[in-house]
Amino acid sequence: MHDLTNAFLELIRLTSTDLPTDVEQSLIEARDRESPGSAAKSALDTVLQNVAMARKNSTPICQDTGTPIFYVQQPEGWSTQALREQIRTAVAEATARTYLRPNAVNAITGLNSGNNLGDNAFPTIHFEEIKGDELIVDLMLKGGGCENVGVQYSLPEGRLGAGRDLEGVRKVVLNAVHQAQGRGCAPGVLGVAIGGDRGSSYYGSKEALFRKMDEPNPDPQLAALEERLTEEANQLGIGPMGFGGETTVLGVKIKGMHRLPASFFVSISYMCWAHRRRRMTVRGSDIQYL
Amino acid sequence: MYNLSIPISDENILQLKVGDSVSLSGVMITGRDTVHKWMIETFIKETRQMEGDDLQVYQAIKRLLNGGALYHCGPIVAGLETGDYRFVAAGPTTSIREEPYQGDIMRHFNLKAVIGKGGMGPKTLTACHEVPGVYLHAIGGAASLIAQSVQRVIDVHKLDFGVPEAMWVIEIKDLPLVVTMDAHNNSIHAEVETRSMVELEKLLAT
Repeated sequence: MHDLTNAFLELIRLTSTDLPTDVEQSLIEARDRESPGSAAKSALDTVLQNVAMARKNSTPICQDTGTPIFYVQQPEGWSTQALREQIRTAVAEATARTYLRPNAVNAITGLNSGNNLGDNAFPTIHFEEIKGDELIVDLMLKGGGCENVGVQYSLPEGRLGAGRDLEGVRKVVLNAVHQAQGRGCAPGVLGVAIGGDRGSSYYGSKEALFRKMDEPNPDPQLAALEERLTEEANQLGIGPMGFGGETTVLGVKIKGMHRLPASFFVSISYMCWAHRRRRMTVRGSDIQYL
Repeated sequence: MYNLSIPISDENILQLKVGDSVSLSGVMITGRDTVHKWMIETFIKETRQMEGDDLQVYQAIKRLLNGGALYHCGPIVAGLETGDYRFVAAGPTTSIREEPYQGDIMRHFNLKAVIGKGGMGPKTLTACHEVPGVYLHAIGGAASLIAQSVQRVIDVHKLDFGVPEAMWVIEIKDLPLVVTMDAHNNSIHAEVETRSMVELEKLLAT
């Protein structure tokens, strides 16, 4: 096992400055759907120019580099303590190099730590031991604007007429998109978890966001719901930045979980258009960035 | 496209209508959550005693805000060690969090332009009518691009609030913006919200 601090630093740099091509492709398609001369089209043109500039100059796509959320899957024998230390060192170094904005604010004292290191949940690191010999690290940078419009529903939700079934899920998700308007930096991507407890459900909704834009849900029932929700969310006409327009969400990603008999949570994590997520794999001395 | 310079005259503000594109130049300051709370508590409602350099900072920003612009932005800044500051990424933050404070701040400082993203609510719209002022929408997330409009960092106040929350005094050139709330009680955000509610109700009924 070797020191991966520099590899983590590169993962952070890539995630902050180089938007994944599947997300960029979705944005290009969205731009092409908006009518010529509209504020919506102009907004998406600006977004795409910014994506290109950030990549070229290796500067952050968005100044809100959010909470760095790491999902680490380590083969047997890797020390999670050592990995945590290396990740934290890389996060502080990435902040000094302006790939990340110092975002860790002590909620009690109001003090910003200045280096993105807070308690054990800042940065957030999830570990899971897996079989095989390949270390897999996914990183997501999730900004505060879109995190603030995330929401959790407990079904049944009487006001919306949403019962404990997929039809009920559909209704609350559409309501969440309406509530968010343009404030989460539309057009966003919705990560939706159905089930779980309050904590695991939100966690699941973020995991769902790691699935590629063009990769359909393996469950045909959920794949159909994702498609329908994308289409219907776009019928709301909120559009890019909330200016009005054809594209309000780029896609919907759903994850089904188990739930308690008494609970039926639907958790929605809204990811802004700057959907910054990257994967790094390590096998021996071979390090790949995807 | 309107080319506006700070300070902005009432005449210029009154000619702006929602949907207009604006290219803004001049000296302005950034300010977000901590700054709004600090301004209201210390100088407007006076529920908090002034301390440290509060008064000095107040006098410095007062000049800049009179007829000026406030940008809801928590930038990424290089040169923190040397004090030779440079904006690396500087897109807007979500403005609605400042809704409880913004109107009073606009009136107190004669603030003409609030810049951010996502729009604001009825209290701010009323203040836009009274002051008069406008809400200018920057493109959320376009941080590297917007940083190019920042010619130089002139000063910084309250850096102890943290880099994102400090008041950065910046000179901008040709910052591209859209008027989404004007001085004539029009708000694109209110319109889109109402229109999308009609669509939502249709979808919920099916």
